[in-house]
Amino acid sequence: MANKILYQLVKRPGDSTMVLLTFIATLIIMAILTVILTTIGIFGAPHVSLDFLIKAPEEGMTEGGIYPAIIGTTLLVITMSIMGLPVGLITAVFLHEYAGEKSKLANIVRFAVNNLAGVPAIVYGIFGLSFFVFFLGTQIDSLFYGGNLKWGKPALIWASCTMALLTLPVVIVSVEEALRTVTRDEREAAYALGATHWEVVHRVVIPKALGGILTGGILAVSRGAGEVAPVLFTGAAYFLPELPRSFSDQFMEMGYHIFVMSTQSHDIDATKPIQFATTLVLLLLTFSLNFVAVLMRRRIRITRR
Amino acid sequence: MDYALLKKRKFINRIMATAITALSLTAVFMVLMIFVFLFKESSLFITSDFVKHEMKELGITISTLFGSEYQSVSYPPKLGLQPLITSTIRVTFVAILVATPLSFLAAIYTSIFAPRWIKELIKPCIELLAGIPTVVLGFFALIILASWIQAVTGSVYRLNALVGGIALSFTIIPIMFTLMEDAITSVPVPMKEASLALGATYWQTAIKVLIPAAKSGMIAAFLLGASRAFGETMIALMATGNAALNTFDIMVPARTLAANIGQEMAEVAFGDFHYATLFFTGLILFLVTFTFNAIANLYVGHLVSKSLGKV
Repeated sequence: MANKILYQLVKRPGDSTMVLLTFIATLIIMAILTVILTTIGIFGAPHVSLDFLIKAPEEGMTEGGIYPAIIGTTLLVITMSIMGLPVGLITAVFLHEYAGEKSKLANIVRFAVNNLAGVPAIVYGIFGLSFFVFFLGTQIDSLFYGGNLKWGKPALIWASCTMALLTLPVVIVSVEEALRTVTRDEREAAYALGATHWEVVHRVVIPKALGGILTGGILAVSRGAGEVAPVLFTGAAYFLPELPRSFSDQFMEMGYHIFVMSTQSHDIDATKPIQFATTLVLLLLTFSLNFVAVLMRRRIRITRR
Repeated sequence: MDYALLKKRKFINRIMATAITALSLTAVFMVLMIFVFLFKESSLFITSDFVKHEMKELGITISTLFGSEYQSVSYPPKLGLQPLITSTIRVTFVAILVATPLSFLAAIYTSIFAPRWIKELIKPCIELLAGIPTVVLGFFALIILASWIQAVTGSVYRLNALVGGIALSFTIIPIMFTLMEDAITSVPVPMKEASLALGATYWQTAIKVLIPAAKSGMIAAFLLGASRAFGETMIALMATGNAALNTFDIMVPARTLAANIGQEMAEVAFGDFHYATLFFTGLILFLVTFTFNAIANLYVGHLVSKSLGKV
């Protein structure tokens, strides 16, 4: 086919100009990616060292490392996964295993999931502030702590809740894709042995789809590690030398660290190496997570064939 | 046979079915909560005595929201939303203007003309681009891209709507490209073959058959991209200069609705006039993106049913 296309293009100069244009557009997109990655790599790499990864910021954040930010981000995505993964898994199981083709309820759930996927990150941020922090947090304080401020302020738990909500659609879509890979034969074999619907789902379908479920989790973590807007007011802190000790503590986050260092730090030029290095670390983290997810997904697709 | 066990298993089965159905309504519940809470906080103008009292003391009415000046720190605060809206339009416009042609042409190339090995190369690259956190793109635009663009255009302001818009286009190119490529590839193969059999060249087939057939998907891609650009925060916050200027000039700084929330929400007092205003702008963002997404889903739905009906 490729030869035939080439032959036509040589014969028709008008066509070939247009095709060349489409090719150039593709090249531009690739160039954008290359330029972004190489600049951040070149400026960031010299400053990334073991010390940078295991030290707290020093000298008014102009020296030292990003250890608290790395731990903060890790705690955030772990807590987020603990809350978001089960809900995402259950929703996907409902959509794919329990709801019929024309189930109205399933359509409503799908509509909601589609909408959650389209809500801007900052809207999650202010929703998290008003719902989790000011509403839930304050309620808990007045019920259990006699009105003393403990949960009714930005905290790790509320940032994680907000992030879990934001990554819910990612989890649901990936898990549904994984459930689709379980063949009808496998289900029917289980039914034939007398298994109930629930037994088929949790003994046959979910174990078979485990790889895909993990992929969904990894993709969600990668997304959550990179988003900043939802945690701006729900828990991220500008500078905290100590690690969070409880879910009600605030925490440092890598993306937020990049944001404050590059826009609000008092000596932006002096901290530029730190900014580039932090960016590179964040980029490497999200890319390696995505890479693992892509590999796992590819393996699942191959086994399906 | 152990009837007690069978009974227990059936009971568990029923319980789990109910539990799973109930828990899967979380997504629906959360969408409703988002709407309710955004609405509740932005209607404080009318419902809260505190806000009403504050407005009376400052000598402002709700009509200030329609004003053409936005200065939240002045006394009395001027919270006219016009500059924020024009800023958002400016930045979104630039992003769409850059991203749409690039994604459209690249999608045509990848889905129709590219040899297999180039296809295999482009797709992971686009995924990589989609995987870059927005704060990283914002940082890149702020530190590097802004200087380059200033050197080329010679503009007075280093950070402006143009820089922010171009950086924003990097986030929406993957969305637009993926959906457009998908739309073209999912056109039934017989349509393409029929056109080629009639003697049309590949380019003619692309322009006259494949793209018209993929139109709904293209429009959906455009709408989803636009909606993403409209609500994106971190890039707008870092790379647009953050000055609320009421103009349509793309060479001057801008402050989008989303960036404004990001900038100011941490500083407001809970439940005051300013707080309500920020939630009101959040409600606008929510409703606009909601509408865009709903329309886009409608188009893709059409596409799916259309191709199902024909082949």
